[in-house]
Amino acid sequence: MPEDTTPEKVVEMRGITKRFPGVLANDHVDFDLWRSEIHALLGENGAGQSTLMSVLAGLYHPETGSIVVNGKPVSFSSPRDAIQAGIGMIHQHFMLVQSQTVTENILLGLDRPRFRMNLSTYDQEIATLSERFHLKVDPRAKIWQLSVGEQQRVEILKMLYRGAQVLIMDEPTAVLAPLEIEDLFKTLRTMIQDGKSIIFISHKLNEVLEIADRVSVLRAGRTTASGVSTEGVTRSDLARLMVGRNVILSVEKKPVTPGEVVLSVEDVHAESDRGLPAVRGISLNVRGGEIVGLAGVAGNGQRELADVINGLRKCQQGRVRLHGAEISNQPIRKNIQGGMAYIPEDRTHVGTAPSLSITDNVIMKKYQQPPIGHGMSVDAKAAEKFAQQLKETYDIIVPNVKTQARLLSGGNLQRVILAREMSSMPKMMIAVQPTRGLDVGAIEGVHKYLLTEREAGAGVLLISEELEELLALCDRIYVIYEGQIMGEVSDGTIETIGLMMTGTPLEQIRPYGQGAATHV
Amino acid sequence: MLDLITILQAGVASGTVLLFATIGEIFAERSGVMNLGVEGMMLIGAMSAFSVTISTGDPLLGVLVAMLAAGLLSQIHAFLTITLQSDQVVSGLALTFLGTGISLVLGEGLSKAGTVALLPIVSPAWLSGIPLLGGGLALLQQLLSAIPLLGPILFTNQNVLVYGGYLFVPIAWYLINRTRPGLHLRAVGDYPAAADSLGVSVTRLRYFYVFVGGLLAGLAGATISLAISPGWFSELTTGGQGWIAVGLVIFAQWNPVRAMFGAYAFGALRRLILDIQGPTLLFGMANPFYYNPYWGFFLQMLPYAFTVIVLVIGSRDAVRKRLGAPAALGVPYVRGERGL
Repeated sequence: MPEDTTPEKVVEMRGITKRFPGVLANDHVDFDLWRSEIHALLGENGAGQSTLMSVLAGLYHPETGSIVVNGKPVSFSSPRDAIQAGIGMIHQHFMLVQSQTVTENILLGLDRPRFRMNLSTYDQEIATLSERFHLKVDPRAKIWQLSVGEQQRVEILKMLYRGAQVLIMDEPTAVLAPLEIEDLFKTLRTMIQDGKSIIFISHKLNEVLEIADRVSVLRAGRTTASGVSTEGVTRSDLARLMVGRNVILSVEKKPVTPGEVVLSVEDVHAESDRGLPAVRGISLNVRGGEIVGLAGVAGNGQRELADVINGLRKCQQGRVRLHGAEISNQPIRKNIQGGMAYIPEDRTHVGTAPSLSITDNVIMKKYQQPPIGHGMSVDAKAAEKFAQQLKETYDIIVPNVKTQARLLSGGNLQRVILAREMSSMPKMMIAVQPTRGLDVGAIEGVHKYLLTEREAGAGVLLISEELEELLALCDRIYVIYEGQIMGEVSDGTIETIGLMMTGTPLEQIRPYGQGAATHV
Repeated sequence: MLDLITILQAGVASGTVLLFATIGEIFAERSGVMNLGVEGMMLIGAMSAFSVTISTGDPLLGVLVAMLAAGLLSQIHAFLTITLQSDQVVSGLALTFLGTGISLVLGEGLSKAGTVALLPIVSPAWLSGIPLLGGGLALLQQLLSAIPLLGPILFTNQNVLVYGGYLFVPIAWYLINRTRPGLHLRAVGDYPAAADSLGVSVTRLRYFYVFVGGLLAGLAGATISLAISPGWFSELTTGGQGWIAVGLVIFAQWNPVRAMFGAYAFGALRRLILDIQGPTLLFGMANPFYYNPYWGFFLQMLPYAFTVIVLVIGSRDAVRKRLGAPAALGVPYVRGERGL
């Protein structure tokens, strides 16, 4: 915190209103940022915090309200204007060109190398800058060679190189492993000492309390707390401000005796889209009545593994068995008939057909058998009745089941997918990031459904990057790193799993195998 | 008899056509826009070059008009795919039909219109005519021609545009890989959102590079009708070379230097297929390509069969990624309006 009694205001936003078709994203929101502070902006997905910051970063133009930067009123018409005023935003999806080097990405869009790219000079400059802020990254490396944490450092360097004084970070920890989060926090503190100011968008309460000096909370487009000091504030205070009611921060898990092995993955190898090895000899198994987690930082082979298990990607070596029958490199229908359910990461394009109706989306696994399918024809009435039933059972909020899937919100769309998959009475369910981007209420629902499957005796493989979610739901957790399993724990802590997520095998953490899963 | 030097020499000359067209398409595709209308643009170029040169007697003016005409045609594709965000394959095919149609109508009767002044062959005598540098260039040309093997193939009796090709390949490579405009070009084709977020105009750059692709396709057309096989033979003037160029882009993995090797190899192949049907004896045996015309037809089909195969293979997303295609190739750019 600055020592002078009247903190200097770097950014002052007054009465910001931003409307999207059908949604009031920001409703007369006020926001202040002081020099040399980390100001957390807390809110559920869709509460309007990203919109507010996109306004500050010049991406959106507000309908009403004013912005004052360093005492001068400003009006940004593009991100370029905002950067020139010293405000840079780091998006959740990195804005980096994969095929180019770190230096090339940083120089993109600048006027300075007039024509010839004398890269070695600039490499030097960027190395110096990265050293100053403890942002270790090789300027000559291509982006696709870097870990997600390193890519984030490139994004930060990009803004620092442009002389940003205010840095907006949109959910920066969502993609990081615990150790990388520590590094990021260190960097942020260095930047504060350098006189820069940081806005930290997040919905993770403990992180906010750890790193931020002050916090503002948004709910449904309105401010519910503005610039409150984080001293003496508790997690449940923040949760209440965020959701508007008391939230149960834990799940209720009934004891279930695991049955026999449903899914077994044996020494599976697979390639990424680029043809590089992505899954390198993975073995794991899931038994009926248990939720098994697969933890890992994004891009370590989880997606490819899920593809292989579901028959969407070629298994180059090894095999996948469902109830003992081999399903790798077999027609996907065999999977479905064997009782496999799949909640894919990409809800909008893999999980559903966006332009088809909800009815058509939910009968995708049923259209071949009676009562819905009769030979070549589909009984539209039976299909609609079925969809109607699911709509009520799974609480899908839409005017009617003829609505196109693309018009649904994330939480509703996930319920459509869950309804389709769960109504097929699966014996095995693969869920990839099932709660990403959902609000607290919808997350509770998804967790409840996964536990229902577990109690019904199905095996669940939960692939997630949210450690807290995994620890709360799973009976056992495997940790994946660079396409290999680092170990399996049934009583893991965030620290242990965090180490494994960054490439330390379990044997090195627990040399005597204490606490490693004893069953199987 | 078959003479290897002659075949390679002619191969480089006729490969120059493919070279310009392929590198033009590389520029467009590097920016993210696939333009299957190369064949149509080349025909427009060949027709207008021939037509303008016949009426003005100035082949240089013919080349300029050819480039501008094809460049103009390419902007239809740019408007449809960039501004209106329509499908690039459909629009590109339509452009080929349009280009072919226009050039056939406007070129009606042109084939009997007479002979034209062609683009000059680079020789010491011609070079000496250039003011100031002429003497030095003439000497340089003589030295280059004296290189064993390569001299006769690359530098003797070659058209000025063939020489132009030699200069153009390294320039194109340097532009793409070592300059700021090249950095922006690659960014726009790989991840336009990143370029946009830093104030680089995706739309403007894509229009520009589709235009560059058009200019070069026009130049390729002019190279045919004013230099390599002079004249106007309606759609047979290009004879599908535009499609070969599109296939070569994939084969070249979007790299101008690889494109050069591919273009010259195909040029040489074309020439070999013609020449091999000439002699009655081949390696001391009766030449089957002479006695049975169907063998000749089969050979003539090969470059096109290759193109079809490359295009079929290259149409698979996974393969394209492996070969290093620009990541955003074929995808219209829409600025992310996330709704919330």
